[in-house]
Parts: sequence; structure tokens; C-alpha cells
Amino acid sequence: MEDKLSSASRGLKLAPTLARRGSPLAGGAAQLARLAAVEISDPRGGAFDAHLERAGLAPLRASGIEVLQLNLGKVCNQTCVHCHVDAGPERTESMSRETAELALRVLAQSDIPTLDITGGAPELNPSFEWIVREARRLGRHVMHRCNLTVIASRPFSHLPQFFSEQRVELVCSLPHYRALNTDRQRGEGVYDSSIAALKALNAQGYGVEGSGLRLVLVTNPVGAFLPAAQASAKLEWRRELARLHGIVFDELYAITNMPISRYLEWLENSGQLERYLQLLVDSFNPAAAHGVMCRTTLSVGWDGRLYDCDFNQMLELELGESDESPPPPRHLREFELQALATRRIRTGRHCFGCTAGAGSSCGGATT
Amino acid sequence: METYYDPADLARFAQLGEHAPALAKKFFDYYGAVFADGALSARDKALIALGAAYAVQCPYCIDAYTQETLKHGCDLEQLTEVTHVAAAIRGGAVLAHAAQMKNAASKVGM
Repeated sequence: MEDKLSSASRGLKLAPTLARRGSPLAGGAAQLARLAAVEISDPRGGAFDAHLERAGLAPLRASGIEVLQLNLGKVCNQTCVHCHVDAGPERTESMSRETAELALRVLAQSDIPTLDITGGAPELNPSFEWIVREARRLGRHVMHRCNLTVIASRPFSHLPQFFSEQRVELVCSLPHYRALNTDRQRGEGVYDSSIAALKALNAQGYGVEGSGLRLVLVTNPVGAFLPAAQASAKLEWRRELARLHGIVFDELYAITNMPISRYLEWLENSGQLERYLQLLVDSFNPAAAHGVMCRTTLSVGWDGRLYDCDFNQMLELELGESDESPPPPRHLREFELQALATRRIRTGRHCFGCTAGAGSSCGGATT
Repeated sequence: METYYDPADLARFAQLGEHAPALAKKFFDYYGAVFADGALSARDKALIALGAAYAVQCPYCIDAYTQETLKHGCDLEQLTEVTHVAAAIRGGAVLAHAAQMKNAASKVGM
């Protein structure tokens, strides 16, 4: 696998992860403490739950499980500046086959309709293709979050065909339709490689009208501001990707950067943390809060532990340590649909990232 | 150092309404309507506003519309092209007046 990882990283500019540098922000508790210490000008003290009350949503509870989101690990061939996972080539956390089998058993024993695969770069996990095949065999919809560059490398060049055979929905990261901002956020060389991957996916039918092979692009702001309006940005992206490269796609998701992990460090180092968090709090939108993804998602870590969402997972806010009594199941081994489907969601200041403006989720804007 | 322009004053723009609230309301309503999505997108309008801000050399507007265009997903190469559009129009306007100079010179020259 290491050779494949080196091959997937070739030509991309990489930076050391927080974990590698021994940064205090590598740990979830330190990140939460840093966010809690920010002085916010707000009649509700910048408390997320107080804003939820305003929206009539407190305490926040799950309303079912429509998506099982599996994070296959922190190994990645890229080191994006804003990564909330602190993923990179030097990370070693990766889901074992045993845990993957457990996840598929849970899926088989429930009627959860969608499996959402994320990472890191999930393709770098040795069980990735097996997981996709098994979930499809169970008749479940499979969404795969792809960084594009990995499938442009030789060891993974068979994947566009594999995805189309398995009818996998692809949700692919591309912060901008031009090189400058894409490479600033994701590392030099990422743009050219991503465009090559998109062309390969288009050639396979992805994003082509009538093919049924859905290709979604994901854009995050390249800076300390909220994302562009999703609907009008999509029109512009359609026009520009067609004009510049002849590339087509189905949908554009505009996602807010979450002030945790490497993006938190960037905000702090550039002196923008206070201003950005204030922006998120000031932009709290009750309508967006109603659509937050944690209400219908269950997030699974590389080691099988359970969380409300991928962000809580990275902040190590485990379900098993919830103050709910009795606490909900903490691991896939203890999976119990009813308890999880109505569980209390663990919240914090980072949650303002999902409720600001038009709202933000793994499915883009929530309003 | 005290300066005529203070970035903090940008946030005080709304205070324009203190002594003439009815006129300020008309202006802000109009302003909001101008920049909404229409035959031109809000993004295109923000880029035009940045170009106009250069042309009228308003530091508040340059600050505000740099941030606004970034929010709309524009990158620095695109914003720099806006700078050159404004420069070309202003520079071109000077050069186009060469005709006035020539007309004036031809009236009195040999």
C-alpha cells in the first residue's frame, strides 16, 4: 500500500500534519478548549445550544438514520490546508477488514438506505472496493467522497470504471474551477491532477445527462468567509468548467469550512479566528439548523467508534461519552438502531459552522 | 497615526440614516435591490462594483467589494484582471482626450 500511496502523492506538494508536528491542536479537547475561549459578542454568549433554543430545536436529537457514514481513516495522498481530519500520507489510522465487515453486518441488519464513504482518501484503504461491492450487493445507495487526485494516479486508474459498474455516486472535492485557489487550498499540482480525473470520470459517463452516474463537486471557501450561494455558483461553474476543459457535472455543493483541526490552526496563525467565529455565530440561521446532517446521519470512525458526524469524530466527541442517560452505543459492536436513531446530539461551538448562512452539510447547503 | 480614512468607519455607513432616515432608507433599499441577482448575477455585479470602486478610488468600496467578490468564489487572478479593466478605462479615457488637445492646438498653431 505504501508504494500505491507514494504513487498517488507524486507531483503534489505536501505539508506535515498537526499530528506529525506534535501541535497541541492535534487533539480534540485542545481544539474545543480553544474555540470555547474565543470572546464572542453575542447576547447568548456564543453558546450553540442557546441558539438552538431560539430555533426550537433544543435539545438537538437525531430523527432517524438515513446515512451510515464510514470514515475509512486518516491516510491521504494530499495535505489540504483546511482539512478537518488532519489527514496526510504519514497518518496510519485505517479501518481494518474486521471493522469493515462489522459495518457491513450492521448495514445488512438495518434498512439504512445510504452508505457514505469518506476519509482521508478512502481508496487507500485495502478494503475499499470490497466495502463498495458488498454495500451495492445489499442494494444500498453508495456515496463516495473522492479527492480526485488519487484516481488520477496509475495504481487507481481502474476506479472510474469500477465506480460506474457499481453505480456509485461520486462527491468530489474541487474548491475552484481554476488552478490558483484550488492549489492554494489543496497543494500545488492538485488542480491539474483533479482536472485529469474529472475528464476520466466524464469519459466513463459520470456527470453526463441521462447516464444516471451522478457526479457532484464540492467547493469550500479559500479563506475566512462563508461559501458562495450554491445555486448561482453552480451556473458559473458549469459555464467555466465547460469553457476551460469541456467538463460536465451534475451538482455543486458549497460547504462551510469548519473551524477545527488544520483550518483552526490556519485561522489562528493568520489572526482571523475571532472574526471568523463571530461571523459564524452572527450568521446562525434557524432554517439551516433544522437541516443539519447529524439528525439523520451516524458517523463511524476507522476503529468502529460511533459519532454524530465526521466533525465530532475528529474532535473525539464519542457517543459513548454523551451525558445522556443511559449513553447511546459507543461502538459498531453495540449497534442498536432505536437508541441511535433518537439519540441526543453532542454539540459545541464548532456546530455554528453547519448553521451559518445557507447552512452546510455533507450534502451542501441545507436551505 | 491619524488618517482621513479609518477602516472602522466602513461599519458606520448605516449611520448615514441618523439625520435623514427616510432618504437613507430609500438609498439602502435601492442599493440592496441593485446588487441582487437579476439579469446579471450578484457575482458579476460585485466584480463590476470593484472595477467602479477603483475608478472612483474609494478605499471603503475597494475593501468591501474585494471581500464580496472573494465570497462569490473569485480568485486573485480574476480580481487583478478587474484592476486592469479599471486602469485601461481610466488610462484610455486620458488618451482619448488627445483629440481635444489636438483640436485646441490646431486652432492656434501653424
